Amino acid sequence: MRKPSDHELELSVAGMLRFGVSAAALVSTLGGLLYLRQPHASITRFQRFNAGGPGLRTISGIWQGAVHLDPRSIIQLGLVLLIATPIARVVFCVIGFARQRDRLYVLVSSIVLLVLLYSLSHGFQ
Amino acid sequence: MSVLVFSSLLFAASVAAGLLGAMTGLGGGVVIVPVLALLFKVDIRYAIGASLVSVIATSSGAAIAYVREGLSNIRVGMFLEVATTLGAVVGAYLAAKISGHWIAIIFGIVLLYSAISSFRSNVDHLVPIQPGTLANKLELTGRYTTADGIQAYSAERVPFGFGLMFGAGTLSGLLGIGSGAVKVLAMDQVMRLPFKVSTTTSNFMIGVTAAASAGIYLSRGYIDPTIALSVMLGVLCGSLLGTRVLVRARVSMLKQIFAVVVVVLGIEMIYSGITGRI
Repeated sequence: MRKPSDHELELSVAGMLRFGVSAAALVSTLGGLLYLRQPHASITRFQRFNAGGPGLRTISGIWQGAVHLDPRSIIQLGLVLLIATPIARVVFCVIGFARQRDRLYVLVSSIVLLVLLYSLSHGFQ
Repeated sequence: MSVLVFSSLLFAASVAAGLLGAMTGLGGGVVIVPVLALLFKVDIRYAIGASLVSVIATSSGAAIAYVREGLSNIRVGMFLEVATTLGAVVGAYLAAKISGHWIAIIFGIVLLYSAISSFRSNVDHLVPIQPGTLANKLELTGRYTTADGIQAYSAERVPFGFGLMFGAGTLSGLLGIGSGAVKVLAMDQVMRLPFKVSTTTSNFMIGVTAAASAGIYLSRGYIDPTIALSVMLGVLCGSLLGTRVLVRARVSMLKQIFAVVVVVLGIEMIYSGITGRI
């Protein structure tokens, strides 16, 4: 297999990023439209912080809510897709550097990936 | 005020922030938190969460444009992301420990710094590649096209730059911003990479840095879907529009006006932090 150049690697990464952002914006906008059709509470609650339930704070909770078509969970699902997009970018880079046989940068990008997964793992409680 | 009116106002403000941020190069994220906290009276934690999400969207959305220019350096970016992501995790932990007053004060200082740094003249550095240096061993080199043809460049003072990047990551995780100004400082001033390479690589790095604190923010409930959606879509629309009109607008005048706005917001944040209004 031919080794991809840096520029080819970057182009494939950029295409993936655009797809991720578009998908995230689409899903959360859909949730937003559903949300606006509901009768809602007053907005004064944003002035005081309230962490809220697991339905919006854990990946499984968000998924459960989205499956049951809860609008705020669908918005949150879109935002999780958005957070996952740069993580997918780093995965792409790990694979790309591996195809270039650049061991040093397979290691460097794997460290970045581990830090990102550590952060995301907080949402899996 | 109903949710629809509130969301619409938030969306409009975010479009303006994204548009001005893209046209002036200061980034839209940096004004979102003060606007939400000072104007909309939103709790600073929700403001930070929404800003962080919008930073991921704009950085990822704009990446295609930078890649087409072929100036960003994927290895320099990835190497420094080790520092920024670790810093961002530390910053996200600090955000829970430090009171909102202090966050507002630190935010104000960063705003003032961003406004000043946007007026620094860009002298292009060009460090030749030398065998045996740390930068060369870490492959922190590249080529780019200048008026004089294709030039090879290398980084310098790698440990110092790496350390400063850790600081940039910490600020990003603490304040929910891209901290592009500090990233450019580390690459352009410390590591002496060419200016264009520094700015485009910085933009490419911002999304990954922000994603490193986003998971922690999400699990703490900082990311409210209603606020984050309006802000994310608004900043995204504004900045995409901003890069389109960039060529036609008279930027220097706009840049001065926006810098004044950023300075005023910075002073207001520091004042609100000291008097305990945030």
